[in-house]
Amino acid sequence: MAARRQGITPGMTVTRARSLAPELVVIDAEPEDDLAGLKRLALWAARRYSPLVAVDPPDGLWIDITGCAHRFDGEVPLLKDILRRIAASGMAVQVAVADTAGCAHAVARHVPSGRPNVIEPGKTRTALAILPVHALRIEPGIADDLRRMGFERVEQLIVAPRAPLAKRFGKQLYKRLDQALGQIPEPIEPIVPPSVPRVRRGLLEPIMTADAFIQVIGDLVDDLIARLTNEGAGARRLDLFFERVDGHFQSIRVGTAAPTRDPGHLRKLLSAKVETVDPGLGVEAMTLIAPLIEPLGPRQGEGLIAAGRRGPDLAALVDALANRFGQRRLYRATPKASIMPEREIELVAPLARADAAGWDDDLPRPARMLLSPEPIEVTAMLPDHPPAMFVWRGKRHRVAQADGPERLHGEWWREAGHEAAMPFAVRDYFQVETTTGSRYWIFRQGDGESPATGPMRWFVHGAFA
Amino acid sequence: MRQSSVLANLRAQIAQIEGAGVRHQSLPFGIAAIDSCLPGGGIAGGALHEMSGSPDLSDDAAMTVFLAGILARLDGPIFWCLRWRDLFAPSLHLAGLHPDRVVYVEAGSDTNVLTAMEECLRHEGLGGVVGELGKIGLTASRRLQLAAEQSGVPAFVFRRASPLETTVEGSAAVTRWRVRASPSEQLGIPSLGRLRWDVMLERVRGGEPQRWLVEGADAQGRIGLPADMVDRPRPAEDRQAA
Repeated sequence: MAARRQGITPGMTVTRARSLAPELVVIDAEPEDDLAGLKRLALWAARRYSPLVAVDPPDGLWIDITGCAHRFDGEVPLLKDILRRIAASGMAVQVAVADTAGCAHAVARHVPSGRPNVIEPGKTRTALAILPVHALRIEPGIADDLRRMGFERVEQLIVAPRAPLAKRFGKQLYKRLDQALGQIPEPIEPIVPPSVPRVRRGLLEPIMTADAFIQVIGDLVDDLIARLTNEGAGARRLDLFFERVDGHFQSIRVGTAAPTRDPGHLRKLLSAKVETVDPGLGVEAMTLIAPLIEPLGPRQGEGLIAAGRRGPDLAALVDALANRFGQRRLYRATPKASIMPEREIELVAPLARADAAGWDDDLPRPARMLLSPEPIEVTAMLPDHPPAMFVWRGKRHRVAQADGPERLHGEWWREAGHEAAMPFAVRDYFQVETTTGSRYWIFRQGDGESPATGPMRWFVHGAFA
Repeated sequence: MRQSSVLANLRAQIAQIEGAGVRHQSLPFGIAAIDSCLPGGGIAGGALHEMSGSPDLSDDAAMTVFLAGILARLDGPIFWCLRWRDLFAPSLHLAGLHPDRVVYVEAGSDTNVLTAMEECLRHEGLGGVVGELGKIGLTASRRLQLAAEQSGVPAFVFRRASPLETTVEGSAAVTRWRVRASPSEQLGIPSLGRLRWDVMLERVRGGEPQRWLVEGADAQGRIGLPADMVDRPRPAEDRQAA
């Protein structure tokens, strides 16, 4: 720190540094000793703060304090404890806590302060936005190029169109960004393996083809299942680490919807992601750990299928789809008590227990609902009557018959009691059938009396069968 | 008598070679006029079916409920692959398809929908698999048909906003259906009668194209023939076979 203040920077030659600060003491860098020291520090942190500590060479530690902060009465006291103890041993230290490893990494290194930096949950994006682009753990060359192109801060990267930059700089850039933002997971490899099932295979010769990886995955899965069977557990999440000959790690993660120890299933899930791994010059060892396990009893695969025929592989299918398209893209819809039609549906996990009663059969509901109602022009007639004609998406629809109105009031208990006064809060719904037989769900905003409830405009909200 | 048994034998052999409607059960509509036009007497299980409405949203909605009515009467979980989220689940319930039975897969694009469908079709024991997409090529339809044959699960490709005057593309699907909304009976009171659909069987392997006017699916997913139409000649009789 003192050296920095005198203008000495990393990468400077010794002679130049001496000219700036004649009293400089030069110590040869010993990266291996530094790494060994870092590992010792990590072991100490793993005993004191959290079982999940990983080294982040050359100069960092990752500590996953999820669920550990309460032992120190909160995150700030915990961070202060780290600061105090490490500073007392004579090292300069920066600490930050954030939702994601990438964000904590960036804040700890690029927000200079002697105090602990706490990024509140959900503030990851805000915190990253103001940091310089090289905070993203990308290669210095890429960071320089980005700066030359005018990208100073991460904020600009977040809003910039992705395709051209991804093409120019490769996938790494957005992988780091997404990891920092928490959009893709970033598993850390703990220095002290917690008591999770963990299997490793060292390889005689480096491998780099997908077929070879799949072969090893098969062996690893068999080993892991033997462990899981002993513990009476099933895996919910698997992390597979590839140790490359150049010392880098590659990792893939898969999740399952229900605990499982079906070898074929796990093998398939892992193999499907092998193509995302960059083998570099070859992989010399692979490690499979199951960081999330749950007791696996005999009652597997109930829920959805309990009502219908037994399909023993439903969990397998759900996992295969969820790992390909994302957990959130796979869901079932269940009824939820709400007056507003767009809130009548709740999305639940595909294998959640089936207990839904079903929707009210009496209310007419469209088969296709527009995400947001689209305004229509109507030739209106009497109040409280459906229009005789309306124009939607440039097409004229003549109304032959209609049913309604079904009046929906805003849910006054929502939005701190103000929803009734919000736009779209009072709607009169009509089902109209046009002369060609098409049925639409249209509504008029407002109750037709008080202008405060809405400007009496008409909208299409969906189409019936 | 002997001749007809020989013919039946031959038909069975041809069907076996074609691999259609033999090993898997068909699901009848319960309407003789429709079932008699379908080989196997109904919607063939373990086969690919093409469904479409029209660029009009209400016709796609009609097809949605028509399809829900078919799925409601099949056993097992249903996988419904979507491109985006405009399907309103309560309406499926109105056609008898219970929400617990349907798993939605929001795949995002045509290619992803096809991938998801094929993945689903490899699993036995599902009630049915639906995929909503814009266009499907011959190769893709063949893959789906093969996957459906192997698992015995009926597959439905729902071509969204499919133009009416589409040139007929090659497809390995066993049937191609189009449903359009049709004016319902005038009740004379400010209310709406039961839905009516113009159901077109545009293509069927081993049969002739047909067209019926039906009443929309009820709470058990069954369609019906309108009472005042039952004794009239079929409107499709003057149509040329496509």
